[in-house]
Amino acid sequence: MSAAIEFRNVTVTTPQERCLLRGISLAVEKGTATVLLGRSGSGKTTLLRTVNRMVTPSSGNVLVDGEPIARADLIALRRGIGYVIQETGLFPHFTVARNTGLVLEAKGCAFDERSRRIAEMLSAVGLEPATFADRFPHQLSGGQRQRVGLARALAADPKILLMDEPFGALDPLTRGEMQQMLRDLLGRLRKTVLLVTHDLDEALYLGDRIVLLADGAVVADLGRDEFLASDLPVVEEYVRAFHRGERNAESARAH
Amino acid sequence: MSTGFIAEYSGEIGTLTVEHLWLTGAAMLFATAVAVPIGVWLTRAPRWAKPVIGIANVLQTIPSLAMFGFLLPLPWLGERAARIAILALTAYALLPILRNTYAGIRGIDPSVIEVAHALGLTDVQRLFKVELPLAASFILAGLRTATVTCIGIATIAAAVGAGGLGELIFRGVASVDNRLVLAGAIPAALLALAADALLGLLERWFKVPA
Repeated sequence: MSAAIEFRNVTVTTPQERCLLRGISLAVEKGTATVLLGRSGSGKTTLLRTVNRMVTPSSGNVLVDGEPIARADLIALRRGIGYVIQETGLFPHFTVARNTGLVLEAKGCAFDERSRRIAEMLSAVGLEPATFADRFPHQLSGGQRQRVGLARALAADPKILLMDEPFGALDPLTRGEMQQMLRDLLGRLRKTVLLVTHDLDEALYLGDRIVLLADGAVVADLGRDEFLASDLPVVEEYVRAFHRGERNAESARAH
Repeated sequence: MSTGFIAEYSGEIGTLTVEHLWLTGAAMLFATAVAVPIGVWLTRAPRWAKPVIGIANVLQTIPSLAMFGFLLPLPWLGERAARIAILALTAYALLPILRNTYAGIRGIDPSVIEVAHALGLTDVQRLFKVELPLAASFILAGLRTATVTCIGIATIAAAVGAGGLGELIFRGVASVDNRLVLAGAIPAALLALAADALLGLLERWFKVPA
């Protein structure tokens, strides 16, 4: 069985000759959640964005279901991959319902089928359709907006879900709720998920597997349980640095 | 202004107002049909933005009387004064519409555009479902500036015989009759105010809350 996503020696260099990814090879199994963990600038977002060709590798291949995506039809490829980002990117002139159903609308899906699917997805992310369907993004809280972003990504029933720091802009309480909701949802839907975060707790909570990136290369690739137990220096260093950052943030809040 | 004067000229003022509206309205339609597509194209090829907007800028600096004069000897155009007037007004209206179309689309939140790409919208879908609706109030603001300016400039069109409310103004100046000047100027000013208010309403209607 071929992997859901496979990176083969993927290198990304900017036009200014800056190397963002250095020959990454990685296979992501179907129905699993893989977290790309790393500091800012480690290349995790760039790697994520090669999957829907928002970034084109300078060399190497990305394969989805065993097929090189470089040859795939770009529009069809992107419609088959859910995408959630921190800023949500909700369309401010569309209602929650229209935002959620946009990929279906773009595909030409009939109105009735679309409406049914929109209601289903909004319920799945914990938004009562009757209350929220006709609201506009500016009438929602940050957490609600993020839920709509997730519903939109899932509405066309993609096999792959890409998430780039989806909860990064939320307060800790809302973030916790969202993480729980996402874990329950993924447990039911069995999507192949690639999630980018720098938050170790989020990685451990949501990921089956954790890939640690530094300076454009994979420095650790471990199962969730192996990760905390690992004595790899890069892992230990990241865990320490993360907790130090947490403590600093906490003491800053306490003052 | 005596009631006798108004009674005498009301018919003519009405006709000339309609003529004035027709000249400006036709020019706005042409200008929109030209400037909006060019503005959209510039967002796809931003390196052309500066030179193209520069050309539109230069057009706008040509004194209006000179512009009407330049166009007068041209074949086909010169045959009918209204053609000259509409072309000249179109030229003046290009810049505000073009600039606002370009700036309106470029000013859209980049994450919204990114998601439009990532969700797999085609170029046409992205333009009509996302970019134009989100830039609509900007484009209308440009159209509003252009309309108000052109209603004013259209009074000069009477100098080449294109009609409109300028005709009363020119006749008033020639015969040193301020009543005639006002009979042209007041309706022209009212037209400009009405257009400003109407397009302002439309602009607010299309405004997307952040």
